[in-house]
Amino acid sequence: MRRYFGRKLLTYGLTFFLAVTIDWLIPRFMPGNPVSSMVARAQVRPEIAERLVDYYNQLYGFNESIITQYFNFWKSLFQGDLGTSIFVFGQPVTNVIMDALPYTLGLLLPAILLSWVAGNKFGAFAARSKYLDNTLLPVGYVLTATPYMWLGIILGWSLGLKFGWFPISGAYSFSLRPALSWKFITDALLHWFLPFFSLFLVMFGGWAIGMRNMIIYELEADYSHYLEALGAPRKLIRKYAFRNAVLPQLTGLALQLGVIVAGALVTEIVFGYPGLGLLVLNSIQNQDYFLLQGIFLFIIAGVLIANFLIDVAYVLVDPRTRIGMTGGTA
Amino acid sequence: MKKRSVSIVLALFLVLALFAAACTDDDATEETTTTAAPAPGETTTTAAPPTTIAEPVGEYPRDETLYTSGTQWGPPGSWNPLVTWGYATGTVNFVYETLFIYDPFTDEYIPWLAESGEWSSPTQYDLTLRQGITWTDGEDFNADDVVFTFELGQRYPSVQWAPMWDWLSSVEAVDDYHVTFTFDDPLYQEWGNFLYSRPMVAEHLWADLSEDEVVNGVNENPIGTGPYMYETYDQDRMVWVKNENWWGIDALGLDPAPKYIVDIVNGSNNIALGLVLQGGLDLSNNFLPGVATLVSGGYGVVTYFPEAPFMISANTAWLVTNNIKPPMDDPAFRKALATAIDVDTIVSVVYGNIVAKANPTGLLAVWDQYVDQALVDQLGFSYSTEDAIAMLAAAGYVDVDGDGYVDNLDGSPIALELIVPNGWTDWMESIRVISDGAKAAGINIEPAFPDYGARTEVLQDGTFDLAIANDAQLSNTPWTYYDWIFQDPIQDQMTNGNFGRYENQAAFDLVVDLDKTPTDDTAAMAAIISDLQEIFLTDLPIIPLWYNGLWAQYSDAVWVGWPGSGADQNHYLPATWRGYWNMTGILMLCDLELRPAE
Repeated sequence: MRRYFGRKLLTYGLTFFLAVTIDWLIPRFMPGNPVSSMVARAQVRPEIAERLVDYYNQLYGFNESIITQYFNFWKSLFQGDLGTSIFVFGQPVTNVIMDALPYTLGLLLPAILLSWVAGNKFGAFAARSKYLDNTLLPVGYVLTATPYMWLGIILGWSLGLKFGWFPISGAYSFSLRPALSWKFITDALLHWFLPFFSLFLVMFGGWAIGMRNMIIYELEADYSHYLEALGAPRKLIRKYAFRNAVLPQLTGLALQLGVIVAGALVTEIVFGYPGLGLLVLNSIQNQDYFLLQGIFLFIIAGVLIANFLIDVAYVLVDPRTRIGMTGGTA
Repeated sequence: MKKRSVSIVLALFLVLALFAAACTDDDATEETTTTAAPAPGETTTTAAPPTTIAEPVGEYPRDETLYTSGTQWGPPGSWNPLVTWGYATGTVNFVYETLFIYDPFTDEYIPWLAESGEWSSPTQYDLTLRQGITWTDGEDFNADDVVFTFELGQRYPSVQWAPMWDWLSSVEAVDDYHVTFTFDDPLYQEWGNFLYSRPMVAEHLWADLSEDEVVNGVNENPIGTGPYMYETYDQDRMVWVKNENWWGIDALGLDPAPKYIVDIVNGSNNIALGLVLQGGLDLSNNFLPGVATLVSGGYGVVTYFPEAPFMISANTAWLVTNNIKPPMDDPAFRKALATAIDVDTIVSVVYGNIVAKANPTGLLAVWDQYVDQALVDQLGFSYSTEDAIAMLAAAGYVDVDGDGYVDNLDGSPIALELIVPNGWTDWMESIRVISDGAKAAGINIEPAFPDYGARTEVLQDGTFDLAIANDAQLSNTPWTYYDWIFQDPIQDQMTNGNFGRYENQAAFDLVVDLDKTPTDDTAAMAAIISDLQEIFLTDLPIIPLWYNGLWAQYSDAVWVGWPGSGADQNHYLPATWRGYWNMTGILMLCDLELRPAE
């Protein structure tokens, strides 16, 4: 058990290091210079422009060599300091991200978990059932092949504009301020629904298709036929098949996380939902290195932690992993 | 058994997820409520507590709330009036006020925190402050605060008005309400600009701040003297609440009607448009393509002018030529290029008539009195492809290699790139028109759309060929316009002006002379500006194209009394942009009234 997790942790550590290094590097390849565009926006007299450029270069550490900047970055990272944002001028990057993170998590977690659970259940239910299978298969394929953004636009247009059931932008009405009241909660939920639903639908299609195929595969396996020959009830056979089929789906979830996060960021932009997605867009446009790398750092950490949890879950749900770890053979 | 463990894990995940979501939501709620109560400790010190802070409300009633948009591009993050490019909409003029307000239509400085100000000698300016003004924490606003604000520029070299101390020698408080400024070499135009554009800060709160805090601090819970106070903010909005004890209610008889102002962070155009149409946004300062059709179509969308150009002109869009690169270094080529551009098509087709064609001098309509028409008639340019072809031929630009385009004087081919930031759709369309016009006259210009950062970098480095820029805003004096065009000295990085690196000492000297001319001596100003126009029109260091509008569309569904060109309307600027509230934007706000119930 310890060896298993030790190895896993080492892999995660290495991945984290590489991902963060790339994350630090990429913004710096962007053309343009954040300090001089900022000073340009300040529209100051030329006498002071040069002074300000020097001042901010020093403040942000851009006057150091690129290698020193890199080491400084790691040093402050271990002190929990992600630097100061240029776009949201003067605010520590951690503050900016913490303000936006709840919105992104509030969309992502329910969408991922509910779609995974519902997709698997429904896929298993639909497999080998003639009518459902005939409808699920095409619908599922269409859903899972839909770009998140496109489905978002369609939903916004139809449910939002045409029928007017849901607001199409923002996290809650501009006339409200957060409070523990029914009015605020319903308003926030209404605003939350469309971005959530467009994420949910796309993922749901994928999981349902995957599960349906896995179940059919498992039902063809020797153990199923054996159980059948023994006269076991159909329900029991499907139960066993489901448990075996869930394992690859779990791995699939781990693999899909990165894609899902990217999809969520785009969905947020479509619905003007004030999470990390809009911030990513703005920080790219304003060459805000610190904010951009800060956000991606959070995403990297989030995806790695989720993967780790899935690894743990895998051990719990698959006895073979456990036996393998303690040295036995299955 | 096994089955159950799967469900348990899943259930745990779900609970964890919901818990995490719930926690973070709670945090958000808590945070906004704590930051919203404006510094409870600080408000209790005075005999007459000026600010009775209402309990944070859960909902802003529609008939007490003004919704604005168009300034803020990201989450509000700074309430520091010195961060002129990034403070939350309204930080200056809602909270921090200026000594004067400037009305560009009447060329009038309206006393604000100051009661009056005058030059008592050519090198001394006497300022009298209004009495009875208090900061929202209860302290009196007086001469010490003014002296302190000016001296910040002396104390800290990275404060934006530090260069002022090259020509200002001292600022002294005579008594609590009188301040005397003594100058070595007064720059009257710049001084006039300063009087209405720089906000005053409180000495008792700012005196102990370090340079970094003064220049970069976010200044949460801003304490000012103005008509509104910080209420709350979130990722997509900034909310201000009225200061019921604002001095202006008594002293000026101005009483802003909206109790709350919610400034909405800019989203996409269609979101802004949708909000305006539904009456959810009262004043939008976003650029909304095609808004002209909405104004004439009876959608309840109102602009300053009921017909073209619909918007007040706010700045001049130029074609910036890189004057150190051939062939743009040849004035004859630049004039031929200017003649080849069909600005009327840009105005009518690209903009749908919401902008106006620029005068060849590029001077905004409010500066019409300074336009030397005789010079414009003699040296100006107007669109004509034939003329452009003739001018090119006369200057020696002929097609040597037979590719259909003229070539450089040394025979090498001309292939120029005209750039605008990617995503700025109106400019992108405009440069296609420019490119077509230039090609028709035989100049090979290709449009290109680099990313904003990349575009700005080549402009500042001087490595571009041609670009569009509109950096000189409406102000109290054409000096700011010419100071931008003839910015001196030419540095490695030109951050704010003269991207084309035009060098002409005579013009630079004239700009300084203009700066040294008193703002009320319009005759002397006109004489210098006429000389500048002569240089400008002869050399054409930059090509004026059209006047970008002060984009403003408003709805009178809830609030009425908006500015307009009509005789029965006020002529204030309907603007929320930074640097525009103090050009009568704040008066516009004070003139709004609730639509009477029908």
